[in-house]
Amino acid sequence: MSRARICLRPSLSSRVKVCLNSSLCLASLPLTNALTLQACLACVVFARPPSVTFFIFAVHLMGISSIMGSINVVVTILNLRAPGMRLMDMPLFVWTWLITAYLLIAVMPVLAGVVTMMLMDIHFGTAFFSAGGGGDPVLFQHVFWFFGHPEVYIMILPAFGIVSAIIPTFARKKLFGYDSMVYATASIAFLSFIVWAHHMFTVGMPIAGELYFMYATMLIAVPTGVKVFNWAATMWQGSMTFETPMLFAVAFVILFTIGGLSGLMLSIVPADFQYHDTYFVVAHFHYVLVPGSIFSIMAAAYYWLPKWTGNMYDETLGKTHFWLSFVGVNVTFFPQHFIGLAGMPRRYPDYALQFADWNMVSSVGAFIFGFSQLLFLFIVIKCIMGGKKATDEVWEGAEGLEWTIASPAPYHTFSTPPELPERSMA
Amino acid sequence: MAMPNQKLQTRTTLKLVGVVLGMFAFGFALVPLYDIYCQVTGANGKTASAYVVPEDGIAVDADRWVTVQFLTNNNASMPWSFRPEVRSMKVRPGEMNQTTFYASNPAGYTMTAQAIPSVAPFHAAEYMHKTECFCFEQQVLATGEAIDMPLRFIIDPYLPESVQTLTLSYTLFDITDMTASAAAE
Repeated sequence: MSRARICLRPSLSSRVKVCLNSSLCLASLPLTNALTLQACLACVVFARPPSVTFFIFAVHLMGISSIMGSINVVVTILNLRAPGMRLMDMPLFVWTWLITAYLLIAVMPVLAGVVTMMLMDIHFGTAFFSAGGGGDPVLFQHVFWFFGHPEVYIMILPAFGIVSAIIPTFARKKLFGYDSMVYATASIAFLSFIVWAHHMFTVGMPIAGELYFMYATMLIAVPTGVKVFNWAATMWQGSMTFETPMLFAVAFVILFTIGGLSGLMLSIVPADFQYHDTYFVVAHFHYVLVPGSIFSIMAAAYYWLPKWTGNMYDETLGKTHFWLSFVGVNVTFFPQHFIGLAGMPRRYPDYALQFADWNMVSSVGAFIFGFSQLLFLFIVIKCIMGGKKATDEVWEGAEGLEWTIASPAPYHTFSTPPELPERSMA
Repeated sequence: MAMPNQKLQTRTTLKLVGVVLGMFAFGFALVPLYDIYCQVTGANGKTASAYVVPEDGIAVDADRWVTVQFLTNNNASMPWSFRPEVRSMKVRPGEMNQTTFYASNPAGYTMTAQAIPSVAPFHAAEYMHKTECFCFEQQVLATGEAIDMPLRFIIDPYLPESVQTLTLSYTLFDITDMTASAAAE
């Protein structure tokens, strides 16, 4: 039973990416050396350890919690907005969450379906994925990535919303192109459903399929580019100050764009045949997820921390944390582009000698980044314990209903519907 | 305290639950859709079931040779010895060819196996016509038993000129457990 507990704890705790969960889950099990669901498929077809059944149970629970949370978010946003607030008046963070919740509702059931098929293959003698019984392991990849690709946008869209709240605050300008931001987010969400096979260009697809998935994938760069240019235009000629949330947000825009560009390189089919399953891919998705999603979460923590605790955090320490993280992330992940292009494959416990130096650099960066998060923890605890009292508005240029109430927010807020400041929510 | 517009909320919730159920079903619908896709495109090198030679025969293309290579693999912990009689053959498109594959069971118990074929390049899969193949049925071998399994095939004369070498690969799966549970039912 201890296995089940190990397995469930990380999975229940959050609706983070299921691959992260599965790696946490499976890495802690001696029976499997799996790092992703695909490797887990291998356990189903070949070894069938009992841990896989626990893992599937955990994925089902996590899926149910994500779906219920998302339904709650959508119902709340569609039916319970403050009187007079139209959809196009909502803060962009709310918009991105609405779209993220829709994505979750649409794809989590598909993941539930694919793990159910695995369960049936293990226990009920079906052969969805075992070729020995007439199934097809590549089918697993298709169904998994039909879930998996929208899932990566689930991880980044709320980050877009956070950055769209923070940059206007510290540039002291309205967000440039609010409407186009909403439509770009919706377009990214739609496109995420029709590009899944770019994760599996090398499985052997008809050339027409390769071309379609290549062009459809490249198309995503258009709405994403709209967003990046909007953020840049928001900063343009703004009265910018660089408090810690803004530092993380600006770093997000720059480093996420680097990750996006390597993604564009990976979308080119003939190039992908070379890059597939190398550290170049690892560098790509870490650039979009670490200085992408995680930096935006840190930006959000610093941005709203005074509202949560009623105290200002220590700005000097916050900036120190930012610079350590910024340097650490880049030292960790940038060299992985080089070793990936030089041919170092993913998912091996060892590597050829010529990759040792860059791996060493990567390790140094990872330690800097990892340990600097202890500083973050310290800053948050210090802020909770006390500090300079925060005003209601906290930030000079902040707009939105949360800045009209006391810091920290009282136990009951808006027991009577708030008066909206005249159409300035955007 | 009653929430405002309770009815609207219930309606939205029910609609979303409907989407969830629909998408769960869609996940399973992808299985037959994928099979159709593979049949149409020949993706994954899947070959068709037994081929029947048309009444008026097939014209032999005497102008070119096609090399057919044979590969054998054992899936996971399959202990059988499994190999082709010849590693490759030069054949004329349209001609009937015959070869055999050798299998023996060194395990201490009777086992059932299923061979799964795959053709590379995969767009050539539809031009590989098998009139007789051990892969159409399951093989049961007792301890120490060996068998020569026949394969008769024709390469379609319409095989694109660009394909000069075809690889036919067989992977042998241990399906003893599957057949045992089926027999128990």
